Amino acid sequence: MTTTTDGEASLAPPDSGAERSGPLKIVPVRHPGRWVAVAIALVLVAQLVHALVTNPGLEWATFRQYFFDPSVLHGVWLTIELTFYAAVAGFAGGMVLAFMRLSPNPLLRVTAYAYVWVVRSVPLLVQVLFWFNISYLYSRLSIGVPFGPEFFSFSTTHLVSSVSAAVIALSVNEAAFASEIVRAGVLSVSHGQLEAAAALGIPRRRQLMRIVLPQAMRTIAPNAANQLISLFKNTSIVSVMAIMELFYTVQVIYGRTSRIVPMLLVATVWYVLLTTLLTIFQYYVERRFAKGTTRVLPPTPVERVRLAIRDLRAAAADEGTPR
Amino acid sequence: MTTTSPSAGRRPGDAAADPARVVVDIRDVHKNYGLVEVLKGVDLQVHVGEVTVVLGPSGSGKSTLLRCINHLEKVKRGTVTIDGELIGYRRVGDRLHELREREVLRQRTHIGFVFQNFNLFPHLTVEENLVEAPVSALGVPRTRAQERAGRLLERVGLRDKATAYPGQLSGGQQQRIAIARALALEPKVLLFDEPTSALDPELVGEVLDVIKDLARAGTTMIVVTHEIGFAREVADTVVFMDDGRIVEQGTPADVLDSPRHERTRTFLSKVL
Repeated sequence: MTTTTDGEASLAPPDSGAERSGPLKIVPVRHPGRWVAVAIALVLVAQLVHALVTNPGLEWATFRQYFFDPSVLHGVWLTIELTFYAAVAGFAGGMVLAFMRLSPNPLLRVTAYAYVWVVRSVPLLVQVLFWFNISYLYSRLSIGVPFGPEFFSFSTTHLVSSVSAAVIALSVNEAAFASEIVRAGVLSVSHGQLEAAAALGIPRRRQLMRIVLPQAMRTIAPNAANQLISLFKNTSIVSVMAIMELFYTVQVIYGRTSRIVPMLLVATVWYVLLTTLLTIFQYYVERRFAKGTTRVLPPTPVERVRLAIRDLRAAAADEGTPR
Repeated sequence: MTTTSPSAGRRPGDAAADPARVVVDIRDVHKNYGLVEVLKGVDLQVHVGEVTVVLGPSGSGKSTLLRCINHLEKVKRGTVTIDGELIGYRRVGDRLHELREREVLRQRTHIGFVFQNFNLFPHLTVEENLVEAPVSALGVPRTRAQERAGRLLERVGLRDKATAYPGQLSGGQQQRIAIARALALEPKVLLFDEPTSALDPELVGEVLDVIKDLARAGTTMIVVTHEIGFAREVADTVVFMDDGRIVEQGTPADVLDSPRHERTRTFLSKVL
């Protein structure tokens, strides 16, 4: 067709009749199938919501009673703390391991590789139990000459509480996965970038921190967010050590009251809420590191809502003024 | 300073008669990639203010030679000296001791390098690209580096792009920024590795114009390129390389119009 270019009135179809002065109006393609799909989806969602709200087994009253219960809030806080410490230690360790893997020194490479291999091979639950029983394996920790005399020694039962055992177990596991995420990010940066930095005489550490890592973050951020979210939920595994994090707290409550399903809902909603916060955080982190990759960054959801409102207003104003 | 017109240029052939300082001194450089010998003994001297254009078929070792000059590649034999300083090694008696990376990085600040694919840092603005190396490698105060970046951008005609990101610029603009970035270190010599090969034909001119300006201002340069017209106009010396060796070198008039070697003649007949 020839009608898509405006301003070329001579090419307008012969049956268009009257001459127009302004540009021709573009009519978007209609998608009736989409509307049918939307209708079906809406019905299914409505059914699901109905089933959730009306099922007496869910005991929404119990849910409300316990959602802000001090012991539950305490559990939520401990879960956040476990996630925070394990994430910080895990990603710090992961970064070190990643650069060991990428180092020209073969011994460092093999060490990092072996660490990742072992830790990834052992189920997290098993790792957690190992650390919990560390005092059985090594009752004393000492500082001194390797294989020689000791200067200080500590009893592991005092040093490693169950919470610190949990943090250690989660961090050790996290470091193995984080190292692969960081390594993937570093490998995603084109070799020419390092070459340019080297040709400019930029110091080695600065090359990594200023040139490589910020670009690697484009690849690292989505994977790291994934890993952080799974870490956050994996904290529920340490409930086997009777640590009063969110999941164990809920277990204790339903053990006492036998209100299993509503208590599981309490935990679920808390997990979903906090994961949502992490997801929003991820969105803005990714935007931050998208600098320079596209000509103009797409609008944030908040900006999009504002734009939509403005468009609606404009459309309403248009309707109001007859042509 | 030297003139850019080739007819009035120095005769680089008789370096002994030339009072000018040798800035780049390449002696008997050999380089292997595995079993493949890519440089088979290259000797080349570039004097201060001189523009040397290196021509040759792909695979002849032109880019490798350039990368050996700033030690992005280690040579197997031979030496590269910039303004009297041995690059990549310290000579003690008959031995060459490899320098630490930190020292090599310091040496590279004297050697500007412009890549075929620009290699600008895409996550930094144009100004940050220009300021990064002077600040982190030379310790120039940031404000001084920024002032200098502004002047350099002026010089390549992109003053208004200081806050743009490389991805927002055309290829020709990016390469001009890359040239400015290399100049920000005030190097003793500028190396160009096929600076226009990745550009649309209509953008080649603006980059060559910047290089010509630099030549007129007396910048010492070695340019690997396929632009014969540029070589004829700007070069003081044209070097023709093939199969890891310099086949012949001389003024553009000598090498381009009356080549002495058969290999040069066949190459030129194909590209002209």
